[in-house]
Amino acid sequence: MFVALRDIRFARGRFALMGAVVALITTLVVFLYGLTGGLAADSSSAIAGLPAQDVVFGAPQGATPGVSFSNSSVSAAQQSAWESAPGVGSVSPVGIAMSRLTTAGSASSVSVLGVPAALLPPLTAGTAPGAGQVAVGQKTASADGVTVGSTVTVGARTLTVSGITADRSYGHAASVWTTVPTWQQVSGATGPSALAVDPGSADTAALDRAQNTDTVSRGSALAGIDGFSAEQGSLQMIQGFLFVVSALVIGAFFTVWTVQRRTDIAVLKAVGASSGYLVRDALGQALILLLGGSLVGAGVGLAGGALLRGGGMPFVLGAATVAVPVLAMVLLGLAGAALAVRRITSVDPLTALGANR
Amino acid sequence: MSTVTLTTGLTLRDVVLTYPDGDRRLTALDRVSLSVAPGELTAVVGPSGSGKSSLLAVASTLLRPDSGQVLIAGADAGALSPRQATALRRDRVGIVFQQPNLLASLTALEQLLVVENLRGGRARAAHGRAERLLASVGIADGKQYRRPHQLSGGERQRVNIARALFAEPSVLLVDEPTSALDHERGAQIVELLADVTRDYATATVMVTHDRALLDRADQVLEMVDGYLG
Repeated sequence: MFVALRDIRFARGRFALMGAVVALITTLVVFLYGLTGGLAADSSSAIAGLPAQDVVFGAPQGATPGVSFSNSSVSAAQQSAWESAPGVGSVSPVGIAMSRLTTAGSASSVSVLGVPAALLPPLTAGTAPGAGQVAVGQKTASADGVTVGSTVTVGARTLTVSGITADRSYGHAASVWTTVPTWQQVSGATGPSALAVDPGSADTAALDRAQNTDTVSRGSALAGIDGFSAEQGSLQMIQGFLFVVSALVIGAFFTVWTVQRRTDIAVLKAVGASSGYLVRDALGQALILLLGGSLVGAGVGLAGGALLRGGGMPFVLGAATVAVPVLAMVLLGLAGAALAVRRITSVDPLTALGANR
Repeated sequence: MSTVTLTTGLTLRDVVLTYPDGDRRLTALDRVSLSVAPGELTAVVGPSGSGKSSLLAVASTLLRPDSGQVLIAGADAGALSPRQATALRRDRVGIVFQQPNLLASLTALEQLLVVENLRGGRARAAHGRAERLLASVGIADGKQYRRPHQLSGGERQRVNIARALFAEPSVLLVDEPTSALDHERGAQIVELLADVTRDYATATVMVTHDRALLDRADQVLEMVDGYLG
């Protein structure tokens, strides 16, 4: 990269400008990536954190079951059939409903989950809820001034807080946890919304056919949360567009840069440089630009993300938040640059001798 | 005209080169034969369009003739693949361009070191040799660290010559080296070319239309309409 490094040093203004563009796009992608992850967690962490391999959705006899927590309802007969099926490891009912939690002086939207104690998130204080009791997340407890032993109203039912759990949420509402019978009283439902199962060696497809249920992995079950797929799909589409834009911008820059360097390229070819040498040199230049720009952009994105998260915005800060956007920017940018610098191969060294004279 | 075959210089035998020109072909080189021995400066003069640049293009392997033979340091350029021809040009042929064609981002010293780099050598190891070569053509006292826009026209042409010599070529091809210079500086450049031809024992071919600068040439040939005589 003898020429590449010296070109960057010589045309530092142009490369700084282009590096700033790469940095800005990377910052935007890191923001989006962190927000996408944060919104996903805000929408689904109660389900994603369930200690179960699969989720079984049910439908009344004659209706077609589908992956939707809102539409799903598992009957006692279906639950019993799954529990007694040979080879099934474990079956736990899960009830989900949206409601309102009211304390003295405050009210907030919550998702109410009715589950056995084994499916509860980790308790940080108190005990698992029994009949007429509820466990709330740390943020809810802190925001509403709730402690173990406090009385809260969930929907129309008054419940006693038995414990404080790690924070989980469903459908962008903080989750509170209670038993399935208490959940039925709060929600008015006659049976659980779904079953959390460890299928063991059971033939789940055969069980689904026999019981009119639909079994999917826990990860696939997230699509059953209202709005989850549309929300994530929109954000991921914007990320994709940004990656395409970055590749086009890098490609356009190196197209112009290569055209401007045609005389230099012709001279280098005339004095014996191979096209391979020149292409490697140009791609090395693109790699330096992309790495420099994307790492600066990722740093800015992370710092901005930390500020957003401090302000209460859902934002996931992690290795993937940086690594995926940086890697994608570098790879797609290199692809754009490769399309541009292939023009090097068509430069005729004869032009260095003034072949147009 | 000499047709003696040289093993280390430059030999062209009955070279014919034509270009498409509408429905017919234009003959740029018509059975051109030329031999230049190591340490010999041959000047080729002629008007614009007479075929001088085509002669250099063929002699530098940048163009393959329709027929005839081009021998560079004993190697038959016509028998080489494009990759081999590039390697031959890199290792055996030095080109002094009409315009210095120096790379704007490189200092005078780096214009030479890039030649070492593209030959696969270590630029740092060649630093001393490049400085000595530049000094021998009059680029010293800090001028070797200047970029092209910080040098005069004559100095740029001297760097151009040093770059062509850096790979220690057998053949030095010089294209109108004084066209952008005044008479005095042009004469100095031709003097320098004559000196380096002796000192580096290159077979040098210089094409020019300036007949006032030919007294240092060992052999002067005239080119008219593709004929060399």
